[in-house]
Amino acid sequence: MAIDSDVLVVGGGLAAITAAISASREGADVRLVSHKASTLRQASGLIDALGYVPATEPATPLREGPPTAGRELDRDEWPDPEGPLADPFEGIERLPESHPYRIVGADALREGLALFDELAGDAYRGGHTDRNALLPTFGGSVKPTARYPAAAEAGLASDDRPALIVGFRSLTEYDARAFAGRLEAAGVPFDVAGAEVEFAEAFRADTKVTRLAKALDHDEEIDGTPAREALAKAVAPHLHDVVDEAGGVDRVERVGFPAFLGDDRGDAVRAELADRLGADVFEISMGPPSLPGLRLEDRLYDALDAEGVRFETGNPVVGVEREADGRVEAVAVDRKGRETPYGADAFVLATGGLVGKGLDSDREGVREPVFDLRVEQPDDRYEWFVDDAFGDQPYARFGVRPDERGRPLDADGEVQYANVFAAGGVVGGADVAREKSASGVSLATGLVAGRQAATEATQ
Amino acid sequence: MTRHTDDHDDSEGANGANEPDGATDGDDGSETRASPGVPKAGRDEQPSIFVPDDGEVPEAGTDSDGAAAGDAPTAERPATDGGVESATGGSDSAELDPDAYDPVDVFPGGDLDLREGADSCYKCTSCDTSCPVAEVDDEFPGPKFQGPEQWRLKRKDDHDIDESITSCSNCMRCDDACPSSVPLSQMHNEARGQFVESQMEKLSREYIRNRILSNYRFFASIASKVPRLANAATKVPGAMWAGEKLLGVTSERDFPEFATETFREWWKARGGAQVEDPDKRVAYFHGCYSNYNTPEVGKAMVRVYEHFGYEVMVPPQKCSGTPMFANGMLKDARRHAETNVESLIEAIGEGADVIASCTSCSMSLRQEYPELFDIHGIEDVSEHTYEALEYLRINEDLEGELAGTKLADEQSFAYHAPCHARNQGLSRQAVETFRDVDGVTMEDVGDSCSGISGTYGWKEEKYEKSMKIGEEMFEHMEDAEGDVGMTECPTCAMQMEHGTGYEIEHPLQLLEETVGA
Repeated sequence: MAIDSDVLVVGGGLAAITAAISASREGADVRLVSHKASTLRQASGLIDALGYVPATEPATPLREGPPTAGRELDRDEWPDPEGPLADPFEGIERLPESHPYRIVGADALREGLALFDELAGDAYRGGHTDRNALLPTFGGSVKPTARYPAAAEAGLASDDRPALIVGFRSLTEYDARAFAGRLEAAGVPFDVAGAEVEFAEAFRADTKVTRLAKALDHDEEIDGTPAREALAKAVAPHLHDVVDEAGGVDRVERVGFPAFLGDDRGDAVRAELADRLGADVFEISMGPPSLPGLRLEDRLYDALDAEGVRFETGNPVVGVEREADGRVEAVAVDRKGRETPYGADAFVLATGGLVGKGLDSDREGVREPVFDLRVEQPDDRYEWFVDDAFGDQPYARFGVRPDERGRPLDADGEVQYANVFAAGGVVGGADVAREKSASGVSLATGLVAGRQAATEATQ
Repeated sequence: MTRHTDDHDDSEGANGANEPDGATDGDDGSETRASPGVPKAGRDEQPSIFVPDDGEVPEAGTDSDGAAAGDAPTAERPATDGGVESATGGSDSAELDPDAYDPVDVFPGGDLDLREGADSCYKCTSCDTSCPVAEVDDEFPGPKFQGPEQWRLKRKDDHDIDESITSCSNCMRCDDACPSSVPLSQMHNEARGQFVESQMEKLSREYIRNRILSNYRFFASIASKVPRLANAATKVPGAMWAGEKLLGVTSERDFPEFATETFREWWKARGGAQVEDPDKRVAYFHGCYSNYNTPEVGKAMVRVYEHFGYEVMVPPQKCSGTPMFANGMLKDARRHAETNVESLIEAIGEGADVIASCTSCSMSLRQEYPELFDIHGIEDVSEHTYEALEYLRINEDLEGELAGTKLADEQSFAYHAPCHARNQGLSRQAVETFRDVDGVTMEDVGDSCSGISGTYGWKEEKYEKSMKIGEEMFEHMEDAEGDVGMTECPTCAMQMEHGTGYEIEHPLQLLEETVGA
């Protein structure tokens, strides 16, 4: 049997990569298998650790009964989350005990972030401090995040320099003026204006962001003008759009664009635009899939390669072969119709949550499809969710429950397999969307799962 | 992954048991049923899922899709998608107990054909972001439109297929990108087939050109009878110019050289297999290119496999169909598939697994065949097919064999993983395999598409786009240490050579050299 390794990581996102590299650094021979292209390309490229401690108490119900759907809540008694947190670490102890941070410990998050800093190198900022940075997000809100791309640096919300937000009519999902208005409403400490300019109009109505990035990367001619120059020319008339409180006009010192400013040559594109505009240039992450996510994916897979981790994408893991003693011997990989066993001494499951398809659900229940690990859930599916759309949704915390070494537990609290470890979105207990903690959970649990798997495999 | 794998069984079940009278007519009803036993491909199988052999779009039954489930069972609705209609799609909603049913029960059970795939699309646009054509072509609406959106649009009878479907190069990257396992490339192949079948002018220059390009094997088989003459002919001043003006085949490229001795001629001359082992057999699907143009790849495959003790069989075969899928020539592809399945299933019956050295060929046999055609034994062929290096990595201790080996002359390679290798999970295998060989440096030149996509880059109107897609790969190749390229795909090799002037090898050739086969 040729496809063997010490540690086999199933999954391709941030948690899987973190686990693979952590295991490799413990001296294990590591292979990573991912069904689809990495979910990193769906991500914003921002690395959140913990931005909020959400209230777990539901809004006050108007009538008695269990906290299920169909119960009216008192809209005036909306519980507020705690945050934005200046320091993600100080919020950890106020999270529920079943939260992955509480299980693996704050040090795992700290080390996970340190590993990320090393892998991301000069492409990322924020590693100089424990504190969260505040970044404007697609949609016009401000979000606390632990690490951010260098391309987003000039856009920090704590910066008080006046800013212009550029939009394009043809990018329908991105309305710069509304965006600027929402930023102002959010109380940012700088003057801001939004302007829609003509540039993307030279492309088709629903141009892909990759098309725009490629045009800027290669400085393609657009109606006879090189793309970067054409973009700068379109923006230049708006450099004085900002009006301060006194009604005075201020020249903007930084200009924010939707994140399509080049792919391979993003730095050069930004530098040239900044030069032509006489202002700093920054990117605002858009909805998925995003270029910051794609760039991060490229960078991290290069890091895997440099680390000597073997990886393959394109085929799903569809089953397991168990040994008599309760360990997993191999997983079956479906290679276009033929199941091939991949053997290992330890396995890391990092397949993601419901959206990443690491969890599967139908009307009967929620399952973890690869190892058939236990996923805690109410029996009645009407208790999977509550009416309060932004409230404490039980389904948001669905996932496997690990012990402090990252091994999933069964219904009796016993370790299910001695050599299976879980990381990232497949781990339950965190409401990552409300907490702004998805990347941090991946880094912390990935680091622990990878190290423990290596220990298990090489002992 | 949603595939059309079970139509065979489904239709039989449906016709035998609960199909309402008159629900099927025309081709579906009158076709001879497949029977177990030795297949006689081309005669006893079900009609093509996509394009029936007579080219007519079959009339659909009543129970074609979910939305129609509540209709009166006698309502005749014509097929609007080239005949992709579920045999078991309908459910008898009258049987539902109004007091005790789950809302989902109002939709029919069973095979919903591509609907299930269309419904799985939640518009995340991952496919669009990974599409190499959309990255350079303003006019191309992208895989999401070409797949699930167009599929829905053409439920309506009066809706034509958008011509932009011909701009899809069938690289199948969207399949790999889709987090929801929407069968995008299957939808594209189907739409393209229907476009060509029902909307393309058969006397147009474009149609004739595409037919010629996709039937490369036919012309190669003639040319290889007189390889020197054929090679000389393409170099006659003005020949390629004429090709461009008359046919729309770009004159920018050099026509591939034909080998003076084809692989099959070589195989015959050497007396066939030199290792016999009934327990270790592989059937080699060499494809057209390694037969007519690069027999050295086929020879390397044979020598390497014989080195590992395999008995190699070389069954009769035609084109895998890849260029035909990409040009919507599904009837041509089906004809070739019938021959291939028939002879490969026979080899499988003799204990062989099927091996291909071209990743598009293995992709086609593994994925596109069962998705697009319903030929007796086609699933078996799919399940027994492997890429040549992949098979050795699974079944032999290649790592052990290569550990400590040394390449006589140190060489760095710039390796490009073809899109179709990527989709089979093979994009890293060459890099990993040769990592521990002394004297070999294997550099992955990144994940960009080479841009040629088989026949795509040969079309006059696509040539520039093809080069623009490939630009990133060319740059990375030139940045790489090595000045020899490496890839599994013959047309990627053409593009790599065309864009950089590098000599290009197949991993099997390097393996042959390393193991001293």
